[in-house]
Amino acid sequence: MNAELIRGILYIGAAILFVVGLKMLSSAATARKGNLISSMGMLLAIVITLTAMKSIPVIWILVGAGIGVVVGCVSARLVQMTSIPQMVGLFNGFGGLASLLVGWSEFHSNWAIALPVDMALFTMVAIYLTVLIGGVTFSGSLIAYGKLAGVLTGKPIRYKGQNLVNSGILVAIVGIGIFFCRQTLAAGGPGMYVLLLLTVALAMALGVLSTISIGGADMPVVICLLNSYSGLAACAAGFIISNNVLIVSGSLVGASGLILTNIMCKAMNRSLSNVLFSGFGAVADTDQAAGYQGEAKPVSSQDAYLILEAASSVVFVPGYGMAAAQAQHGVRELGEMLEANGADVKYCIHPVAGRMPGHMNVLLAEANVPYEMLVEPQDVNPTMEMTDVAIVIGANDVVNPAAREDEKSPLWGMPIIDVDRARTCIVLKRSMNPGFAGVDNPLFFKDNTRMLFGDAKATIGELVSEFKS
Amino acid sequence: MNLTPQTMSLLFFVFILAMLLGVELIKKVPSQLHTPLMSGSNAISGITIVGALLALGHEGSGLVVTILGTLAVALAMINVVGGYLVTDRMLKMFKSKDKKGGAA
Repeated sequence: MNAELIRGILYIGAAILFVVGLKMLSSAATARKGNLISSMGMLLAIVITLTAMKSIPVIWILVGAGIGVVVGCVSARLVQMTSIPQMVGLFNGFGGLASLLVGWSEFHSNWAIALPVDMALFTMVAIYLTVLIGGVTFSGSLIAYGKLAGVLTGKPIRYKGQNLVNSGILVAIVGIGIFFCRQTLAAGGPGMYVLLLLTVALAMALGVLSTISIGGADMPVVICLLNSYSGLAACAAGFIISNNVLIVSGSLVGASGLILTNIMCKAMNRSLSNVLFSGFGAVADTDQAAGYQGEAKPVSSQDAYLILEAASSVVFVPGYGMAAAQAQHGVRELGEMLEANGADVKYCIHPVAGRMPGHMNVLLAEANVPYEMLVEPQDVNPTMEMTDVAIVIGANDVVNPAAREDEKSPLWGMPIIDVDRARTCIVLKRSMNPGFAGVDNPLFFKDNTRMLFGDAKATIGELVSEFKS
Repeated sequence: MNLTPQTMSLLFFVFILAMLLGVELIKKVPSQLHTPLMSGSNAISGITIVGALLALGHEGSGLVVTILGTLAVALAMINVVGGYLVTDRMLKMFKSKDKKGGAA
């Protein structure tokens, strides 16, 4: 058997390991082993590739891989669980840039050689798409990172003629693309290199411009989409070098990102194009002048304790505020005390709570909450009327009853957690300010709602000490 | 590179099937594992390191390709190492009720 064939077969082995690894991610019990199996696939793919290289520039590989290993290890060890969304956002960008560079270097290696006509089109399209998707992923991810890390404003940035500028860039990208892909490299000469660099610049501009106009509350959707792009960029790079393992893994990631994007959009009752083009928060600011009237009823932590002490069923509804206050450990402690007090305790997590899908689950898992207690809205909503207390911790839009009651609300139609239907709803909140999306919340004025103002971590601490005394 | 029309269509074939397989696989991932899924798939997208290594391995590649390739290896490696490690760190924290209080 020739070496090429053996390598091909081993690459299939790597792809199988990725698939098995992802399959094991369908249950929390097997997920960790699945991740390990997936990493074995990656190791296998890298080793096979090293055997395929005609010359191995050891020093350069060691330099590149060394930087990667150090940065990767350090950031994976040091990152706080509250900051995972930023990290994933940034890593998406790195993946996109890596694919872009692969496309560029393939272009560079081949541009002096005249490709045979029948494969020129195929290769050129693949190079173009790799550079384009990689560039958009990279710059878009940097902006998403900036918004999530709070370096950039969370408000959507809109300006006059925005759609015109974006459409202009799109037209230029398509136009250049058609011209670029129809060249056989040698025939294009130095002009082709200019076009390639222009494409890189346009792709980066598109990534920035299309992401700055999206509000902070929609970032979960954006990082899902960028996650998908980073996979598709790797996939396109696979077409350049005719490598199946790149195509398979890239597609798996691409599909994963698309599904998550879809889940997020459904959980907000909005279409993808609405998320990408409407500048949600900006619209909400102007439409909401009326606001909701009523009187919020504040309670002290002693009174809240008395309510909780008498409760036989409690649902916690965490949001990003819990993460921001680092209150997850206190929440778990309170939950255990309620359980010891005979109450049935659940943690209900909305799909878009936090800054990325599943973010709250990770934080509560970090605080040692067993995963069986983490449930979804459809698990608690049907029995909400029978629930004694719903405790909202730093969540806002995902419990906003305006989504059910007010057709004019920007949240109208979004599936929410119906905490307003619980016998009592205690809302832990820093102040009366609206949430991330900038939409007012009538929940705060309901008869059965009690507002417990203050820092979530401190407030939970007070409740816990009430239970202890 | 030797690209016959057969190879080209096979690559598409693989692409479409992998997409369909990906959709079926990911649909079954519960929402509580979506964050580890994203960081784990982030690591998988580091597969572009294969392309980066192959670019570095071109015979007689010049300085430009060496620089581009080395950078690409570094970035992809960050994804691979960082992605898998942070995913493992997260999944380690997911514990079942009956195993509660085990190794933290």
